[in-house]
This record gives sequence, structure tokens and C-alpha cells, in this order.
Amino acid sequence: MSTVSEAPAVGLTHQGSEDTGLGHRGPESKSIVVPYGFWLFVLSDMVIFSALFATYASLVHATDGGPTTNELFDRNLVAIETIALLLSSFVCGLAMITAKRANMLWTQGWLLLTGLLGAVFLGIELYEFAKMIGEGAGPQRSAFLSSFFTLVGCHGAHVTAGLLWLGTMMAQIWAKGFQPHIMRRLLCYSVFWHALDIIWVAIFTIVYLIGTLP
Amino acid sequence: MTEHDPEKLNVAPGAPHDSMLSETVSYVIGLALALGLTAVSFWVASTSSLWGPGVATGLVVLAIAQMGIHLVFFLHITSGPDNTNNVLALAFGVLIVFLVMVGTIWIMTHMNANMGPPPEMMNLQMQH
Repeated sequence: MSTVSEAPAVGLTHQGSEDTGLGHRGPESKSIVVPYGFWLFVLSDMVIFSALFATYASLVHATDGGPTTNELFDRNLVAIETIALLLSSFVCGLAMITAKRANMLWTQGWLLLTGLLGAVFLGIELYEFAKMIGEGAGPQRSAFLSSFFTLVGCHGAHVTAGLLWLGTMMAQIWAKGFQPHIMRRLLCYSVFWHALDIIWVAIFTIVYLIGTLP
Repeated sequence: MTEHDPEKLNVAPGAPHDSMLSETVSYVIGLALALGLTAVSFWVASTSSLWGPGVATGLVVLAIAQMGIHLVFFLHITSGPDNTNNVLALAFGVLIVFLVMVGTIWIMTHMNANMGPPPEMMNLQMQH
């Protein structure tokens, strides 16, 4: 029983051979801890959205004599938006696959397609917003429209931020290659982008489909 | 999702698989299921052959199913031991989301029903 030789094994090493499953091998590597922390951020973001959804559900009938959900929403546009964002999420996954194999051409190509599909989504959303505001159905018209623009606009703002992040990632991959810290950022980006699609599923169901039921 | 490295206690959410084929298959299955569920959602919302009052509930169920598809096939959240931390964080997030949404809707609906202004004012503000 020599306590001297035991000391390094229970320190903050990452050897694994002395692992007892009780956390003796110290913290996980950065490639695990950073995406996990980002996962916690994404989940807190979903909590923020849940508050916006709750607000919307409480105010959806408070139209103050103004336009209602049935009069405003166009299901065909929403279908195109939904498919664009879903395909964008899928292509982002393909970019992750090629990035892991350090294939510059395919990674940049898939990321570009991710961004283009995201831009299609954002363009349709901005067109819808502009059309509604032009018809006098802006956020100041009624409590329902205030909550609508807050909820859907917040998602749109996230998509905009995601597109800026995507451009940054493409530039960083191009300039610095597939280094571990770049791959870490790319993984966080893909988690963010997939999460935005999950939130959109809730939006197109609760706001657009349930809002336009006959 | 079958590979298990016993040395790995944790994997990052959304982390790619080691096998290119299993990873691609995962994304393709996820896309197919998500597209299918989206199509069903739009069909359910526009058909008149279903019982009207149940349609909204059905749409919410379809949306929750599609979120599950995204989590499993796009974010690679599994029930494996290396995913415990990711799943626990997700469970806590879902709990808070559920409490905030259901709690708010429950309270606000009852408040509107019990404490709203008289019917003639109600008609001005809350036109259904």
C-alpha cells in the first residue's frame, strides 16, 4: 500500500486506466465540455421561447377588432418556409459529416447551401412581415399582433444571427482549416441551427396551422 | 448509434458518428421522417374528414413527435450511457418549458373566464 504512487492517478489526469467511474479522472476534454455548455445555452433559449409561446397563446384572441389569424396567414408560404429550414438543417448535418473528414470543398459547399436555404426562409419571413405591416397589421395594431411579431420575430432574429455565424464559420474554416477549436465552434453552430428548426416546428404548428384551422 | 467506446464517458450533443455511412443514414432517415410528419401536419390541418375539435391536439402531438425526430436523428441524443448528461439537461429544459407554457395557458384561460370585463366590453377586445 503505497500512497505515493496512488497520488497521480486520482489527480486531474486524463489517463482513464485508473478510472473508477467516480469522477477520479477529472473533467472531460474541451471538445466535450464546450458543446455541452452550448447545449445548456440552447436549452435556456428554448425556455425563453416557451415564455413567448405562452404569451402568444394568452393573447391570440385579443385582436381588438383587427385582423385575426385566419385572415393574415398564408399556409403555402409557411410550407415553403418549413421545407427550406428543414432542408437547411439537413444540409448542415451533411456539412458536419464532410467536415469531420476534413474535406474543404464539400464542407464549404454544404455550408453555402445551408446558408442559401436559411436565406430563402428569412426572405419569405421578411416578405410576410412587410406585407402584414403594409396592410396595417403591424405589431402596434393589437395585443395579438404584438405577441406574434415578438415570437416569430425572435425566431427570425435567431436565424439572422445564425446566418452571420455561418458566414464566420465558413471564413474560419477557409483560413484556419479543420483545427480542433474550429471544429468545436462548428459543432456548436450545428447544434444551434438544428435547435432553430425544432423551435420552428412549434411555431408553424401553434401559430400558423392551428391559427388557420377552419 | 451502435458504436460504443467504453473509454468515452460522455459525448457532445450533435457530435458526429465515427462511421460516415451510419451518420449519413441517420440524417436521411431523420429528413424523411420530418418531411413525412410535416406533410401529415399540413394534411391534418386542411382536411375536413377528421373530427374538428381534436385536430389542434393532433397537430400538437405531431409537432412533439417531429421535435423528437430532430433530437434523435439530427442532434444524436440517445439513451446510451455516454449521453446521460445531455439527456438530463434536456429533461430539465423540457420540464421548465412544460411548466411555463401549461401553467401560463391554464392560469390565463381561467382568468379570462372568471375575471374578464362584462360581455359587452369583452366583445370589443377579444373578438374570436
